[in-house]
Amino acid sequence: MELSELWFVLIAVVFIGFFFLEGFDFGVGMSTRLLARNQNERTVMVNTIGPFWDANEVWLLTGGGAIFAAFPHWYATMFSGYYMPLLAVLLCLIGRGVSFEFRRKVENPRWTNVWDWVIFISSLLPPFLLGVLFTSMLRGMPIKEDMNMSAGFTDFINVYSLWGGLTVTLLCFLHGLNFLSLKTEGEIRKRSAEFAKKVTVAVLGSLVVFVALSWFMTDIFEVRRIPELLLVGLIVAAYIMVYFFNLKKREGLSFTMSGLGLAFTVSAIFVGLFPRVMISSIDKAFDLTVYNAASGDYSLKIMTIVAFTVLPFVLGYTIWSYYVFRKRVSDKEHLTY
Amino acid sequence: MDAVLLARTQFAATTIFHFFFVPLSIGLVFMVALMETLYVMKKNEVYKKMAKFWGHLFLINFAVGVVTGIIQEFQFGMNWSDYSRFVGDVFGAPLAIEALLAFFMESTFIGLWIFGWDRLSAKVHLACIWLVSLGTILSGFWILTANSFMQVPVGFEMNKGRAEMNDFFALITNGQLLVEFPHVLTGALCTAAFFVAGVSAINLLRKKHIEFYKKSMKLAIIIGLIGSIGTALSGHTQAQYLVKTQPMKMAAAEGIWEDTPDPAPWSAFAIINTENHENKFEINIPYAMSFLAYSKFEGSLKGMETLQKEYTAKYDSVVGEGTNYIPPVKTTYWSFRLMIGFGVAMILLSFAGLYLWRKGKLENSNIFLKLLLPAISFPFLANTAGWIMTEVGRQPWTVFGLMTTADSISPNVSAGMILFSTILYLLVFTILLGVMVYLMVREIKKGPEVGHGVMAKVTSDPFKKVGA
Repeated sequence: MELSELWFVLIAVVFIGFFFLEGFDFGVGMSTRLLARNQNERTVMVNTIGPFWDANEVWLLTGGGAIFAAFPHWYATMFSGYYMPLLAVLLCLIGRGVSFEFRRKVENPRWTNVWDWVIFISSLLPPFLLGVLFTSMLRGMPIKEDMNMSAGFTDFINVYSLWGGLTVTLLCFLHGLNFLSLKTEGEIRKRSAEFAKKVTVAVLGSLVVFVALSWFMTDIFEVRRIPELLLVGLIVAAYIMVYFFNLKKREGLSFTMSGLGLAFTVSAIFVGLFPRVMISSIDKAFDLTVYNAASGDYSLKIMTIVAFTVLPFVLGYTIWSYYVFRKRVSDKEHLTY
Repeated sequence: MDAVLLARTQFAATTIFHFFFVPLSIGLVFMVALMETLYVMKKNEVYKKMAKFWGHLFLINFAVGVVTGIIQEFQFGMNWSDYSRFVGDVFGAPLAIEALLAFFMESTFIGLWIFGWDRLSAKVHLACIWLVSLGTILSGFWILTANSFMQVPVGFEMNKGRAEMNDFFALITNGQLLVEFPHVLTGALCTAAFFVAGVSAINLLRKKHIEFYKKSMKLAIIIGLIGSIGTALSGHTQAQYLVKTQPMKMAAAEGIWEDTPDPAPWSAFAIINTENHENKFEINIPYAMSFLAYSKFEGSLKGMETLQKEYTAKYDSVVGEGTNYIPPVKTTYWSFRLMIGFGVAMILLSFAGLYLWRKGKLENSNIFLKLLLPAISFPFLANTAGWIMTEVGRQPWTVFGLMTTADSISPNVSAGMILFSTILYLLVFTILLGVMVYLMVREIKKGPEVGHGVMAKVTSDPFKKVGA
């Protein structure tokens, strides 16, 4: 395996980590309006992700940094090409980050309400936009010989990419509901489990349509038929298990399955791309691949050493922090956010 | 405005704004960690109160610092894609390592610290804040590794028109980094010290919580001394390094058009005419420039005109004929002087504080306390001026000697898009700044007794003690 191929896999792993972790806190953010009935419930929900959301977001920054370091051309093409969607994601992340900190710094329900709206919108939009981004990447974007992308509105926004955005949003929402039923007590726990059942059905429906669209709109089932079909099977199986464990009231397993569902979905996207990192809709020859977009071997070697040294520690203290805050959150205790 | 100018404006605006918060975060979390250490060692509740109160202000600041930092990582790709292609091999690695090594550490342990007061033992909780502090310092190290490469490119070779890394060790022992990193860190200590000192002064003037704010003030004076003297010393080293590596920036920062006499005088004031390449109404301090540049009272410096000729011979083949290698002189000259001026003021104030402390007059010296209020702004202005000098003074380069700013921007991004995003950023920044100042003032008015305000008030469990 070449180092550049290894880094493609590592970047995929980072994005799996991102969607597995930030996926649920996006979902919790969505639940603050779609499930919560009052400000008290919103406060409980926000506090379930209180200690975690910031570190979860770092997975995205690490993904971006890793793309920059390992595949400078991929980074340059994608970030300049997806200017407007990324600008929107960025503004959401800014708003979201401060809202958690600000929402109850003033004891006034109206103040809190404003920041809670920011939390809701900025938890809903990024998964949608990232879904749009990744699916439109799968379909191919107008990338020219000089590796630059100049896309028009319909390249970004079309039936396929919108459906991709919607699907990713639903996957995150379900994951968030599962997290809530795992991390809360009483009324919220019950309601989120109930709601999760309905959303699981919607997720399955949405996935079927998405797979069908992918069959016609992309070449991923041509270039990687067996692995893609296998992954589709795993994704569907994971979400059926979500439903099953939900019925059995096994919240931990249900949450694990919705996480795996996201992990398999991200895998399917990366498997479909490989060895390309950006597909050109103009000419195959203009595709950016792990071979023509990568950094030199020396740089990749250094990065590999650093990554394999540091990542075990990161995983270690991340797991520890989830262990420290393993208890369910309720409004009977003092809540920080 | 053309795309290059707009992209530069956006970079300047977003980076300056980001760097209002960063040094305060780095310095303040270090001070909070010291306070909590004192609490754990001495078991004195006042230190816990200090850690909570200043920690609270730190968190508000930290949140804004973090979110405005995300822009930076996106911005290189969005506005500067040709730059990213050109240096990604070298420049991307420190950014990725920063995320992996520093961002994870900061964000995980800050979560543990905020939510862990009741769940972790005192020592483990203390370890968490020290790890946050370490994280912020590491973050600074890696981003400055990247920046140092732009000032003094090392550890690379050119391959197919791109800079590729060939010596990682050279990158992290870049001479520029070794002078820049301590300078930024000590600057961060100043920022936090003068923030804590200023806020404490307001309350000492009002005779509120005297013991609490006196203790805070004393710590601030110690940190202020270390910070301001350290900034001056590391700044001096950096200036000497600059003379060797980027003489044009130094010449511009000093307004030196023609080669100086030997020994060289230091210009304290000058009306600079950039068109005619001359200065008027100069106030010069003899020998001082030689000392600044070489630590001895002899030696001359090359002027911008000589350097322009040298650079023309050396770099015109790289970037095209007729390039003007002289950066905006007035901006570089005056930002350098502002930085030095505020730096000196901070040293004097720190010593004044030490003197009053030793005399036991700290809380009664109204003049000193009143001076500390405007002094809150000094480190912010000095930090900003320092970066303006560093970055504007490097022009026309993004990577010195390798790539110009004009060649760095994204060819597929229009001026309109950059303008649009700039306006949005400025709008959001204005709101953020307003909210942050409002919240800070509120928290400061509340004072240490309800320092962790909301946390204490929302305890709804009647069986649990408030703030336990």
